[in-house]
Formats: sequence, structure tokens, C-alpha cells
Amino acid sequence: MTGRDTGVCQATARVAGNAPAAAYRHLTLDAPGIAQLAQPGQFVALTVGGPTSALLLRRSFSIHRVDPAAGTVEIVVSDAGPGTAWITRLDDGESVDIVGPLGRGFTLPDAPGAAVLIGGGYGSAPMFWLANVLRENGFAIHHVLGAASADRLFGAELADPADELIVTTDDGSQGERGWVSDPLPGLLERTGAKAVYACGPMGMLRAVTEIATAHGARAEVAVEEAMACGIGVCMTCVLPVVGADGVTRMSRSCVDGPIFDATTVRWDAVAGGRVAVPADCLGAPR
Amino acid sequence: MSVDWSTSDVAGDDVPAVDLTTVDVTGVDLTADLGPNLQLPNPLMTASGCAANGKELHRFGDVAQLGAFVTKSVKRDPQSGRGTPRMAETPSGMLNSIGLQGPGIDAFVEHDLPWLKSVGARAIVSIAGASSGEFAEVARRLVAAPDFDAVAAIEVNISCPNVANRGLVFACDPASSTGVLRLVAPEVPSGIPLLAKLTPDVTDIVPIAEAALAGGAHGLTMINTLLGIHIDTERMRPHLFGTTGGLSGPAIRPVAVRAIWQVHAAMRAGRIPAAPIVGVGGVRTGQDALELTLAGASAIQVGTAIFNDPSAPWRVARELRDLLGQRGIPRYRDLVGAAHQN
Ligand SMILES: Cc1cc2nc3c(=O)[nH]c(=O)nc-3n(C[C@H](O)[C@H](O)[C@H](O)COP(=O)(O)OP(=O)(O)OC[C@H]3O[C@@H](n4cnc5c(N)ncnc54)[C@H](O)[C@@H]3O)c2cc1C
Ligand code: FES
Repeated sequence: MTGRDTGVCQATARVAGNAPAAAYRHLTLDAPGIAQLAQPGQFVALTVGGPTSALLLRRSFSIHRVDPAAGTVEIVVSDAGPGTAWITRLDDGESVDIVGPLGRGFTLPDAPGAAVLIGGGYGSAPMFWLANVLRENGFAIHHVLGAASADRLFGAELADPADELIVTTDDGSQGERGWVSDPLPGLLERTGAKAVYACGPMGMLRAVTEIATAHGARAEVAVEEAMACGIGVCMTCVLPVVGADGVTRMSRSCVDGPIFDATTVRWDAVAGGRVAVPADCLGAPR
Repeated sequence: MSVDWSTSDVAGDDVPAVDLTTVDVTGVDLTADLGPNLQLPNPLMTASGCAANGKELHRFGDVAQLGAFVTKSVKRDPQSGRGTPRMAETPSGMLNSIGLQGPGIDAFVEHDLPWLKSVGARAIVSIAGASSGEFAEVARRLVAAPDFDAVAAIEVNISCPNVANRGLVFACDPASSTGVLRLVAPEVPSGIPLLAKLTPDVTDIVPIAEAALAGGAHGLTMINTLLGIHIDTERMRPHLFGTTGGLSGPAIRPVAVRAIWQVHAAMRAGRIPAAPIVGVGGVRTGQDALELTLAGASAIQVGTAIFNDPSAPWRVARELRDLLGQRGIPRYRDLVGAAHQN
């Protein structure tokens, strides 16, 4: 078929590995089509419970890394509810329906320099692959990994020895005590980094945006909005985002994101687990 | 930041072609008969609001191979929709509270309709409004579109709230249902069927069906979602930003079968005029599509199942064809309402 806008695969993936990683499960899936296409920051959407499951909606996961030669896609899954509980219990050799790669990935700055990569909890999952790409392009990498406690940290051992690694935990059980955003001002001043990448809870992303902007750095954030389809057809995953024309629109984070230029997100609309429609949004109720 | 890895820039594997030609090797004729002005090569359609306006789903299957592609309900002006959360998963279904987010009819006509035409889709355009006058205006601007020839039918989504009338849903009231169709029908050239989309959230759906047909509808789409609420027991407040949401998915399939059954039975008995019914509600498999057909539907829409499986509309068509082939049933259209005879 010609003229089709594809770039995405739906496949039945065989589980090639399911190993513990701190409080999470690290899954390796055989999905060669996705492994060949994916870029850092993109995600995959999995079904739950097989073709007759009563849980209909797909679950989305950042791609931790891909191996195009082996045809594998890796994800890090936190057991957060019935769907993720099912996924974390998948055994080697079982299969799962997967769609990907989805969404827009991270973008690279024009000129190399220092880059700060911040991951909260399993939000660090896509950061090591991104670090590899940035390093290959001449960037100096500074990781900041944070979590509530040591068992919720992911991937401290995955940082390249050439990279700087700062760890924070809220309870001080590993690294510095405090939030993942606490070391950021000092780090940006010391390194002069102008590129910041962050993945984690909304409150963290907002704090990172404010600190990066105050230091003249450009931040890209990976948002996590509840998604029903992951492919752009259900309109559930929206966030108010300012376009190039200065107009705020309710944008689908699964196709226009999940990576956004941090300053374009209307953080003022996000509060208490809800996102309101800003009064100046295109088509806002009058 | 120069490198842009947006998905659309990445060349991908082609989706294998699905053979949905009318008469295939199994010898099954899948032609759907929705009256003299709407004959479709197969009965499978997308359900409005579950497939956006085609581009996204076209990555998973050729929308031109579907019987028809039904667009997201479009109003006169751009709509932001509601805040989030907009959805909650429920047993075998989901609640959604999108609030008809969309670009407005002018942008639809400028961007979406030309695209649907360019890929050769048969478009059924779903229109909505907060007043019957808005419905008529949306219809007028659609009919005036340069690409109106891509429009196979118009689905009039009267199952959305009538803002002028205390937020009452048009299709909850026979007079309001007739009123919308009366204003829309004169705007639309004869030869373009009007399908009125009904809600099952009424005491008796038959008088509503009758009222919509009296207003000028040529057919009925049944059913829209049922109203529900999910309470977040942790935060002790409604989970959805908009409090109420529409329930969809396999959980509501028996309700769809019942509604189609009741209206088709009334038509068979001559209590209301006969008109084609497009069945929608919880269809996930070819067997589900067959069930709605046996109740009285002449074509089938697939909605929420797309969120689970983006290739569901094509898969369901294939499963339906194979089911008929195995049973030695040569023509799909012979099965419409067949369960009423046995
Ligand atoms: C782009 C993106 C990347 C993600 N990456 C990861 C990751 O790398 N590792 C990881 O463990 N989790 C990740 N998540 C979150 C993960 O998708 C949710 O934890 C999961 O969907 C919850 O499913 P459940 O059945 O356990 O919970 P339930 O609450 O039962 O889920 C019900 C429905 O709500 C949706 N939902 C609920 N919470 C979330 C949420 N936080 N985000 C999105 N959808 C939600 C589910 O998809 C499902 O449709 C990511 C989410 C997004 C949007
Ligand atoms: S998750 Fe369905 S549109 Fe984004």
C-alpha cells in the first residue's frame, strides 16, 4: 500500500526476559519492527490480559532501550494497578500485544555541551539510552536520579562511568537526602548546561522547568498523562500546551508528546491530579 | 534543537493489506444495504469519537477498505473539550468525558475532509450542536465544502446535551429529536442519507426513533454511550473532571442489542416506519457484529474496541466474513433482523 503514514507497528511480542530491578520489573520483548524504528523518549502501549480481557485499555511505557540487531524492546514496569500487575507477572515465552513506537522522542540541541538528565523513580528508564545518543554527539552527561526511597531508584548502576551521577532520595536511604530538583541549580551553575531532560511526576517536571528556565537552559519533559489508546484516537491524554502561534490548545500527549518543550506546557492548569482547561485555551467553554 | 524525531518522519513497515473486497474467496457477499442512497461494500464502520478523523488509524489499516469511516462529532466552533481526567476504565468498558473536543466545522472542511477524500474513504460525517440551529449551520457549511462529494452520509449526533434546554439531551425528548432533524434535513441534498444517533438512556427508545424519522432522518445509529459516574475512593471525589462520563465497551453490548431489537421489532410490526439501523455498542469480534445484525442492524460500527486493538474494524470485518463463510451464508444482508423470525 502506498502513501500510508505508518512508522508504527502492532505486533504480538514474545517475552524474552522479566527480571527484578529495584521495586520494578525489567521486561525484554521481542518486537523487531519497533526495535528498528524507536528513538529515545518514545513509548509503547501494551494490552493486558489477552484477547478476551475485561481490561480493555492499553498501558503505556517509556522505552528503556532497544536492540535493533536482536530485535528487542525493553521497558521498566512499576506495579501500580491491575493492568501493570498482570504485565509484571508475564513469564518468558508468553506473549503480549504491543503497539509502537509511539509519540515524539527527545530532540538534540544544535551545538554540543553539557546536558543534565533527570529521572524521578522509573522516570529514569529512558535516560540512559538518551545519554548514549547525546554522548555520541559530543555531550557531557550529568545524571540526576531521584526517588522517594532507595528501592524506588532505577538504574544508578546503568550510568556510563564517563558520566556524572547524582542520586537523591526523599528519606536519605541512598545518595543525598532531598528532592531530585534540589541539586539542579548548583549543577546548572557549575556545568553551564543549556540542555535539560526530565521524566517523572508532574510536580517534579514543573520544578525542573522553573529552575532550568531561571538558568537560561532549555528543558524537555516527558509527561505521563492517563492514556486509553496511546495512538491519538481517544482524546483522553490531553494537556494545555502553547503552540508556535502563542495559542494554547488541549494537545494529545500521545502524539504531540509525550516529550514537550517544558516552557510550552501550561503548568498553571495542573493541580491535585487534575488538569483544567485554561480560560484562554482555544475553544474553552464560555 | 535541530533533530526532530517525530513519528511521522520515520518510514515504517507497511501494514499488510486486508482483503475486504465485496465477494472474496469464501464466496460471502458482505454488501451492506442502508437504503437506496447508501450501499456499502462491507458493513464495518468506525464509531464516531473512537477513531479521530482517520489519519491516526490509517497507520494500522486502510480506512478506504472500511464500509465507511465515521468522523468525530464536529460542532460549529473549535472546542477545547473538558479538563482531565477524561476517562476511567470500568469492567469490560470505560467512561469518557471528552466534551466533543474538535477543530470546528471550518477547520474540518479545510483539513480533515480533503484528507479522507484523498485516501478514498467513504466518509460519514458526525455533526453536533448545542442548539438545533447550530446543527443546521454545521450541516450547511459541510454541504458547501468543496470535498462534499467524499461524504456518503451525515450522522446527526442528537445524543449530546441541548444547552438551551437545561442541558437535556436532544435524543431524550421526541420533540427535540424531531426539531433537530427538521432543521438539518432541508440543508442537505436529497441522496445524502441522514442517520440520527440515539441514546439508550431513555424510558422507551421506540418513540424517539419514530420522532427522529418523522423529522427527516433516513436511518438510525444505535446506541450512543450510557451515562455513568466513577468515584475515586481514595480522594473521595468523582474521578472524571466533568463528573459524569459516557459508558462504552463490551459491557454495554447487551443494551445495544436490546435497543436495536426493540426498534427493529417496532418497524417489523409496522408501528413505526421501516428504516435502516446502524448498530454500535461494545462490538469487539465478528460474532458480536453478527449478534447486532441478527437483532436488526444493517451495518456495524466498532468503537471502544479500537482502543484495545487499533486494527479491530478490519479484524471484525474479516471475522464476520469468515463466520458467514463457515456457516455457508452467502449474503450478509439476508441476516438483518433474522433473530426475529426464529
Ligand atoms: C508516556 C508514558 C510513559 C510511561 N512510562 C512508564 C514506565 O516506563 N514505567 C511504568 O511503570 N509506568 C509508566 N507509565 C505509567 C503506566 O502507563 C501506568 O502506571 C499504567 O497505565 C497503570 O495501569 P494499571 O492497570 O496498573 O492502573 P489502572 O489505574 O487500573 O489503569 C487504568 C487506566 O488508566 C490508565 N492509567 C492509569 N494511570 C496512568 C498513568 N500514570 N499514566 C498513564 N496511564 C495511566 C491506564 O493506562 C489504564 O488505561 C507511563 C505512562 C505514560 C503515559
Ligand atoms: S491516548 Fe488516546 S488520544 Fe492520546
